[in-house]
Amino acid sequence: MYKDKSEVVFSDDASALIQKIIRRYPDGRQKSALLPLLHIAQAEFGGWLSAPVMDKVAEILNIQSIEVYEVASFYSMFNLKPVGRCVIEVCRTGPCWLLGAEDIVKYLEKKLNIKEGQTTADGVFTLKTVECLASCGTAPMMQIGQTYHEHLTCEKVDEVIDHYKNNTEGTISHWSKDKIKA
Amino acid sequence: MSRQLLLEHINTPGIRGIKAFREKGGYSALEKALKTMKPDEVTEEVKKSGLRGRGGAGFPTGMKWSFLAKPDGVPRYLVCNADESEPGTFKDRYLMSHIPHSLVEGMIVSSYALGANTAYIYIRGEMLYVYHILEEAIAEAYEAGFLGKNILGTGYSLDLYVHPGGGAYICGEETALLESLEGKRGNPRIKPPFPAVKGLWQSPTVVNNVETIAAVPHIINMSGDEYAKIGIGKSTGTKLISACGHINKPGVYEIELGVPVEEFIYSDKYCGGIRNGKKLKAVVAGGSSVPILPGEMILKTPTGEPRLMSYESLSEGGFAGGTMLGSGGFIVMDEDTSIVKNLWNFTRFYHHESCGQCSPCREGTGWMEKILHKFMDGHATLKDIDLLWDIQSKIEGKTICPLGDAAAWPVASAIRHFRSEFEDYVRNPEKIKDIKHYYRLNNLQPVS
Amino acid sequence: MPKVTIDNIEIEVPDGTTILQAARMIGGDVVPPAMCYYSKLETSGGYCRTCIVKVTQGSAKDPRPMPKPVASCRTPVMDGMVVQNRTAPDLLEARNGVVEFLLINHPLDCPICDQAGECHLQDLSYENGLAKSRYEFKRREFDKIDIGDKIKLHMTRCILCYRCVKVANQLCDGRVHGVLNRGDVSEISTYIQNSVDNDFSGNMIDVCPVGALTDKTFRFKSRVWFTKPMDAHRDCKKCDGKVALWMSNNEVLRVTGRKDTYGELESWICNECRFDKKEVSDWKIEGPRKIDRHSVISQNHYESLRQLKIDVSKQKNIAEKAHQDNK
Repeated sequence: MYKDKSEVVFSDDASALIQKIIRRYPDGRQKSALLPLLHIAQAEFGGWLSAPVMDKVAEILNIQSIEVYEVASFYSMFNLKPVGRCVIEVCRTGPCWLLGAEDIVKYLEKKLNIKEGQTTADGVFTLKTVECLASCGTAPMMQIGQTYHEHLTCEKVDEVIDHYKNNTEGTISHWSKDKIKA
Repeated sequence: MSRQLLLEHINTPGIRGIKAFREKGGYSALEKALKTMKPDEVTEEVKKSGLRGRGGAGFPTGMKWSFLAKPDGVPRYLVCNADESEPGTFKDRYLMSHIPHSLVEGMIVSSYALGANTAYIYIRGEMLYVYHILEEAIAEAYEAGFLGKNILGTGYSLDLYVHPGGGAYICGEETALLESLEGKRGNPRIKPPFPAVKGLWQSPTVVNNVETIAAVPHIINMSGDEYAKIGIGKSTGTKLISACGHINKPGVYEIELGVPVEEFIYSDKYCGGIRNGKKLKAVVAGGSSVPILPGEMILKTPTGEPRLMSYESLSEGGFAGGTMLGSGGFIVMDEDTSIVKNLWNFTRFYHHESCGQCSPCREGTGWMEKILHKFMDGHATLKDIDLLWDIQSKIEGKTICPLGDAAAWPVASAIRHFRSEFEDYVRNPEKIKDIKHYYRLNNLQPVS
Repeated sequence: MPKVTIDNIEIEVPDGTTILQAARMIGGDVVPPAMCYYSKLETSGGYCRTCIVKVTQGSAKDPRPMPKPVASCRTPVMDGMVVQNRTAPDLLEARNGVVEFLLINHPLDCPICDQAGECHLQDLSYENGLAKSRYEFKRREFDKIDIGDKIKLHMTRCILCYRCVKVANQLCDGRVHGVLNRGDVSEISTYIQNSVDNDFSGNMIDVCPVGALTDKTFRFKSRVWFTKPMDAHRDCKKCDGKVALWMSNNEVLRVTGRKDTYGELESWICNECRFDKKEVSDWKIEGPRKIDRHSVISQNHYESLRQLKIDVSKQKNIAEKAHQDNK
């Protein structure tokens, strides 16, 4: 945990990428870079956005902290509380639901021994349900990081979970770490 | 197989890259437009083509472009709406991830027509992997001289950027999208002014869907008149349909507008019929927001004609007897589907996605979800059906943006066409888990 | 200058006038209610939807009716426009619907709310609400918090009009509170413990149409209808010093800005005048202030309340009869 924003330091790669992104918007419109910056911040600092991290983003964009809090709390991809290393996001809407998304969630809850919204005791998995991810033709599906896992069955869920359990390299974020290069 | 434009080369190896894309004729429309046509001539071709917005509203694209204000000394913007979030719709993601250059080329040609020197593709945050695919495609286009300063020596300059969202269905509404692109909460703006006058950073802006923009190069290549010959009546061209639900072959299909719905559902060229030999119960034809129709009503219009996959035919019969083509998210439900439970699922979605800015949507969507939950718990009364009807009627048309309507229409249509199923939930709560009893009790036969 | 007809009354107004402003120029029953619009705050309005009206003719040039009711506070008048407010029963029905939506999650804790008696939501529901709520579920609740040492935020009562956010944006340097989350769990908050500290922040209390933001120096001191409003002024370096004192027995219980017919402040006042000047000797008293905004209390609706009592007893009789018939 950071005490305040002065302790929050982006990696050199991330800092360079941030500057590159800010330049995409006209002068004085740097606030526009807020959403991409929050994705990068979430990838850099453990998969969630603490207040000091958001304060740091506000400082980089020269806006007020409340403007960042307002935005981060509006969008569903930003976690405002600590999460596990892998956040499992199961689509629960419409076509996925018609084809058994509820069963997938129940299976995951049983397998991971947590309820939706919770994190496993070992801090590896957080289970979330999300709204339609535009993958209805390959339903049911779930997303981990940037990857879509489609045509889910219980066996397929087992495979995916095993893969991430054995793959212990840091947080799996939406903005893939290997894409943090300017 | 009907005419293929957007997906014609989908199976070509390496079509994600610029080399294969160009070998298949990619970027020829760009050269034609920039080198031989004036911007207004491009707009004119789009007008002639009869192309209509593919995001859901179906507004004529050429007309939308001609509304763009052009005051001197003020930049104009083209923004692509790639925030595909309408349940049942996955065509834009499919197109962008497989043939990203078709969108990039469309963006350049369209920006040229509109006189925009900066353009953005707003892609939903959940599709960050597609964001990176588009970034690569854009980098390739810069390298080939299709983007940047003085494109192909024509004197026209354009910068194109991708911008990720953060997870909010409402950002598919064009003014919410612009707010989001400005780094704010995705609250739809109050109109007027419209984006064509005051859009991104208060400058004139056109917002178009991915599929709409990707169709533009084809129109330029073949001419607007030729494009208008494809399809039927005012539904010109081809349309990507996202077929999903209880069908044998879910996926994205490019159809020539005017294919009979029955053929689309049962032919092996398309959906391949209902899974597991079940019977058709209902279809949501254009993404979750459009009215649901029972099987017999989606196959035939109120006058008994075969219904076609077109803007006009699907809406024949108005809201009482028809639906909409919408975004082309085609959700098929088999005989075992509970309409009430499905409606609860959709309503939960709209409740979750309401931005909270205006009162009818903020409060009404949650209220409807809670009442629908009562049905599933077996505690609902017959009065609750009327209450639901009343609430949806008080949301519809009273909100800042169309999300209110989108939440109201599924409720209204489900009650209109399947009222007896709601009543059954009230009268026989003990049987809620087994929906087949609905047919037995009502002595009905599902449509084949 | 465009001419507009509202409820059969024609008026000529300057270019750019909204329907609501035009209606206020006519005055009386023609004026639609407004919970979020505030003429002195830029970009306010459009959210609550209580001011919706029916446009039966768009303009002289394009006489088509508008397909949906429009927010009168954000829709500019066109020449030849014809508008219906009180004269359209379907519009009134739609407005009743909006009021019901505003109320389903409101705690209706008027008996313990400081805003009672001068609450716009109270007035609105009196005029447009149902006698009984159709909402049977648990209402939304939030914890009460202090935003600064002088202002209490009771989010449970908030109707998300955004006025206080606009005050902070347009009057104060630096905003620390805003709207967090989305949908029906949206809330006004500072997110982290933070205090709204600014010379003009107290105006957030005056613009709040409900009892969500209240003056901590006045909370639970008195019901507003037991206090006497007086116009008063003082020499102030920060604001024009023109206020309303709310007094009881020569004691200043509360200081607010002076509000007009529509509940809007005539001028913004500073926090020093509002919170720190509570002695009669601080002020030059001009005389009693006329409160001309209609409200449940000031309008003496006791007659109607008596009527209501009769109705209740009637219902009671009916219920008893039904009970006995069932036996």
